[in-house]
Amino acid sequence: MSENIEPMKRKEISVNDIEFAQTEQKGPKGLFTQMQGFWVTFATMFKKVNTVNYPEVKEPTAPRFHGRHQLNRYEDGLEKCIGCELCAWACPADAIYVEGAANTEDNRMSPGERYGRVYQINYLRCIFCGLCIEACPTRALTMTNEYELADETRAKLIFEKDDLLAPLRAGMLMPPHPMYPNTTDTNYYKNEIKSSHPSQEVSK
Amino acid sequence: MTNAQLIAGDPGWLIAVKGLLVFVLCVLLTLMSVWGERRIVARMQQRLGPNRVGPFGLIQSLADGVKLALKEDLIPAAADKIVFIIAPIISATTCFMSFAVIPFTGEVKLFGKVTAMQLTDIPVGVLYILSIASVGVYGIVLAGWSSGSTYPLLGGLRSSAQVISYEIAMGLSLVAVFIYAGSMSTSEIVAAQDHWWYSVVLFPSFLIYAISMVGETNRAPFDLAEAEGELVGGFHTEYSSLKFALFFLAEYVNIIAVSALATTLFLGGYHAVPGLGFTEQWLGGWFTMVWFFAKVILFFFIFVWLRGTLPRMRYDQFMQFGWKVLIPVSLAWILIVATLRVLSLNGAPKAATVAFASTVVLLVMLVNFAFESAKNKRKNAPIAEVADPEFAIPQMPIKIPTINVSTGQKGDQ
Repeated sequence: MSENIEPMKRKEISVNDIEFAQTEQKGPKGLFTQMQGFWVTFATMFKKVNTVNYPEVKEPTAPRFHGRHQLNRYEDGLEKCIGCELCAWACPADAIYVEGAANTEDNRMSPGERYGRVYQINYLRCIFCGLCIEACPTRALTMTNEYELADETRAKLIFEKDDLLAPLRAGMLMPPHPMYPNTTDTNYYKNEIKSSHPSQEVSK
Repeated sequence: MTNAQLIAGDPGWLIAVKGLLVFVLCVLLTLMSVWGERRIVARMQQRLGPNRVGPFGLIQSLADGVKLALKEDLIPAAADKIVFIIAPIISATTCFMSFAVIPFTGEVKLFGKVTAMQLTDIPVGVLYILSIASVGVYGIVLAGWSSGSTYPLLGGLRSSAQVISYEIAMGLSLVAVFIYAGSMSTSEIVAAQDHWWYSVVLFPSFLIYAISMVGETNRAPFDLAEAEGELVGGFHTEYSSLKFALFFLAEYVNIIAVSALATTLFLGGYHAVPGLGFTEQWLGGWFTMVWFFAKVILFFFIFVWLRGTLPRMRYDQFMQFGWKVLIPVSLAWILIVATLRVLSLNGAPKAATVAFASTVVLLVMLVNFAFESAKNKRKNAPIAEVADPEFAIPQMPIKIPTINVSTGQKGDQ
């Protein structure tokens, strides 16, 4: 080891031989030059301010802003979430809690075998990194642009499945209800279901 | 009638009313100035500043004061309890006291009595202000010492060293004013500026005072003892609640106080701007107060402007500037002013005055030349040979590529 480190032989290079980096800096020259800063601050007073008056004025976020999560549905209203817990495992902040359960013929929440029975996101822990969205195999979990999440209590900031589920749009039916006739979960996965079928309506 | 004669007949109740008015004015001005400073600095940084509480955020500082007062009042276990409590009181009271001799108006009528808005007019008014300012330093020293903690102690020492050093330059800059006015009474100095403001006649004094008053009040760019965001709070690190509020109040009242003194001594006090003298009769003489506060606010704006523009100085640079530049320059300036004054008072011929002035100018040029050549000599001095070190040091590269920074072009390799 010690052979690598040799005492520098300074005699070989004279100080005058070394060409240092030449910088031409506009340093303080005259009194007037030093006073220029005062003009900068004075002139800035009359410029347009950058402040957005937030609660009164709300500017739209960037289109891919990471806001509150949303649990999506297929076009007939069935939930996309299959309760696989991949989002919970991906979460670096341990903010997601999922409990899956099996779909039955009487109680079908999603196409295929399983659905997410319990789905909680703790927004006191969530860091909005979006790793859960990358992990989701069915695109059930996505993020909205909503960012006004402040609340008074800790309990209110643990969002349940009801809070996260996307609203029903036209042509959607509130699950539980059977799958579209003569389809499998693969058809759903390939996005071939465009609307609900009358036979899916369950009489209660 | 002079202010001193006007005030002499004041009954006790009128003095009490005036004292109350001055106090209320100071507190109000402090609240407004905190708000004003935050708004102006915000505009200088293209922000809006506080605009939520009240119209234009005007009562923001009142809200802050209420918040401070309602906070928990902590006294550290290691603190010297009595001194810890006394220190902020000394700080706050002394800065209010200097307003006692400031003339706010000329002849006015208050509750049917002809008087002047000046609490008292003592023959050594300015000396009194300087001494009160020195007592105010005790607040800083004692606060730092009694906290029983290292950082406040260091902060207190730095602050007091700074205040004391700049007080010397400040006092010296005022000497020229005393020589010209022939008095130390504030109202007589104002009266002596009837024709020419001392900021014009004694411009160097004014400049030195303006610089040292920023140093004296621990304000940017000389706020290195407190240095928000770089150090802990300085001498008031351990203070909370109302005691901290008192220090905060003291800082801003102090700014107003030095601005008021500068107005009185250099900007003609309550008198109108030359050419607008007729306005002094408006509102039965009360309009002079408008002029006075217009000038004070102008100074305050400069304080804020400095804070918004200049970066903080290093402590040693700051001390060097105070002791090696400001004090010698003001001493030399006093000599010149005194000589000129004696010449003119003794009715010396104009030729003698001119000869003296030109000698001074020549001397200044000579000193400047000597200073510059010494600086050049130092710059061109050959670099001393350094002996070979015994320990291992990394190899120097043979040649470093030169980069011209200003044009961003790479030079030859």
